[in-house]
Amino acid sequence: MYRVVEIEEVRDEAKDVKTFFFRDTSNPQPGQFYMIWIPQVDEFPMSISYIGELKGFTVKKIGKGTTKMHSLQKGDKLWLRGPYGKGFKIEEGKALVVGGGTGMATLAPLAEMLGNKDIIIAAKSEDEIIFRNRFKENVFFATDDGSLGFKGFATKLAERMIEEDDYKIIYTCGPEMMIRKMVDIAKERKIKIQASLERYMKCGIGICDSCTINGYRVCVDGPVFSEEILFSMDDLGRRWRAKSGKSISKEENHDIGEKSQ
Amino acid sequence: MLETVVSGIRFSNPLLLASGIMDETADSMIRISKSGAGGIVTKSIGMEEREGYENPVVYELPNGLGLLNAMGLPNPGIENYKNEIKNALKGGVPVIGSIFGKDAGEFLYLSKRMEDYGVHAIELNLSCPHAKGYGMEIGVDENLVEEIVNEVKKSVNIPVWAKLTPNTHKIVDIAKAAEKADALVLINTVRGMAIDVDARVPVLKNVYGGLSGPCIKPIGVRAVYEVYRETQKEIVGVGGILNGRDALEYIMAGAKAVQIGTAIYYRGVGVFHEIASEMREWMKKNKVSKIKELVGIAQVR
Repeated sequence: MYRVVEIEEVRDEAKDVKTFFFRDTSNPQPGQFYMIWIPQVDEFPMSISYIGELKGFTVKKIGKGTTKMHSLQKGDKLWLRGPYGKGFKIEEGKALVVGGGTGMATLAPLAEMLGNKDIIIAAKSEDEIIFRNRFKENVFFATDDGSLGFKGFATKLAERMIEEDDYKIIYTCGPEMMIRKMVDIAKERKIKIQASLERYMKCGIGICDSCTINGYRVCVDGPVFSEEILFSMDDLGRRWRAKSGKSISKEENHDIGEKSQ
Repeated sequence: MLETVVSGIRFSNPLLLASGIMDETADSMIRISKSGAGGIVTKSIGMEEREGYENPVVYELPNGLGLLNAMGLPNPGIENYKNEIKNALKGGVPVIGSIFGKDAGEFLYLSKRMEDYGVHAIELNLSCPHAKGYGMEIGVDENLVEEIVNEVKKSVNIPVWAKLTPNTHKIVDIAKAAEKADALVLINTVRGMAIDVDARVPVLKNVYGGLSGPCIKPIGVRAVYEVYRETQKEIVGVGGILNGRDALEYIMAGAKAVQIGTAIYYRGVGVFHEIASEMREWMKKNKVSKIKELVGIAQVR
């Protein structure tokens, strides 16, 4: 069963990224996702980026469904099911939030709830940075080309900040290679970590086995996983599943890009 | 107490994972094995790699009635499935390789490959209700069913199970056509569809799908009951089993084992352990020491 929501506002966030605001009866946790159906076009998973009374999806134009969604305006409708999956759990102590690309959309409602935290917002370049003004303090930017903030990968900046501060927990979301690196850093430095993963998802309800990584279903067991599982995930950043379920390597996976949700 | 034997294969309990649910990757199959399933049936595997249909592939019916799905037989293809089987076998329970093909020749080839890979039995998918040229389109034709079952039986040494469709008025005739199979699996999903009234279009990308879950249980129980009466075949019951009483219902209709799928959606991966203990509890209370005492007991003679 779907329920229909009406888009109340569309906001440009960055190059090819827009936020769609709507009202809905559901009560999502940060890190949870919905399945958005645009009839006769596509259905795709999308994590929630605003969880207040006015809820939001922050969407990058990538595939057929998200491209169509970008053409929608105030007053247009979305068909939803969800929220699904397990969201973030708030841990004690100072947090480091590391968001790459639109991965920051998944982390933003969590970051707003955290007390003591630093936030890294990263992207390839300045024009792809989202939520530049959403957080008032403790925000650090990283861009691959140095057009805003630290020049280089988010993981490099994170390593430097971890050297200098006593973080108790890392929250991260973004390209899987970035997550892999953050998990390795957390393991080496014995810091807790939670990461929201993205894998090719079909049913969204834990039956089809499409988004499974090392026996864990991203849609039901995740999308947010904690260190005890992340440290054991051999395939994270190494092996993927094609739409057919075939196991493929990084080289065979042409879809690895930014987090498309 | 719950041990059962189907086509000579011993299962520690009669609750097997149904084909199509959490059984594309070896890691998931191992996880289900460790979660108390008596056996595993793989996703249906064909000759070539297939991506399946585009989303939406599933529709959740309101009020816990069940699910409608049209995945479109996604699978890595038989040549890419060797490692998954090899690893799935590490789960320590019997693995049944499900296959689908468009004719006897394909079924034959796939069966031999599955046998080479080390599966304990073959399940012939003669019943997928939503894939053109496959499954049910073959499974409602007695001649084709007979040919496929007989050809496969002649060429492999492991047991062959035939999974039949409920989407026919002549299920007993189809079952008789498949009589050379070592066991019959009844039923696959029921062909159906859903329209979203607000969108004014069918929900599933493929329009038609297969209905599963509690709403189809009476159809499955009837099919098992009817076929058990009319044939001497061993039967594996499937369709809408959510709890111990549902599993017992199928067994009393004539099934020696059952398969569980959609219940994972409703109750999680722990559902195998839970159903097993619900069955044991009922059996203790009713002084039944072995499940086989109950097979077909509800048949009115």
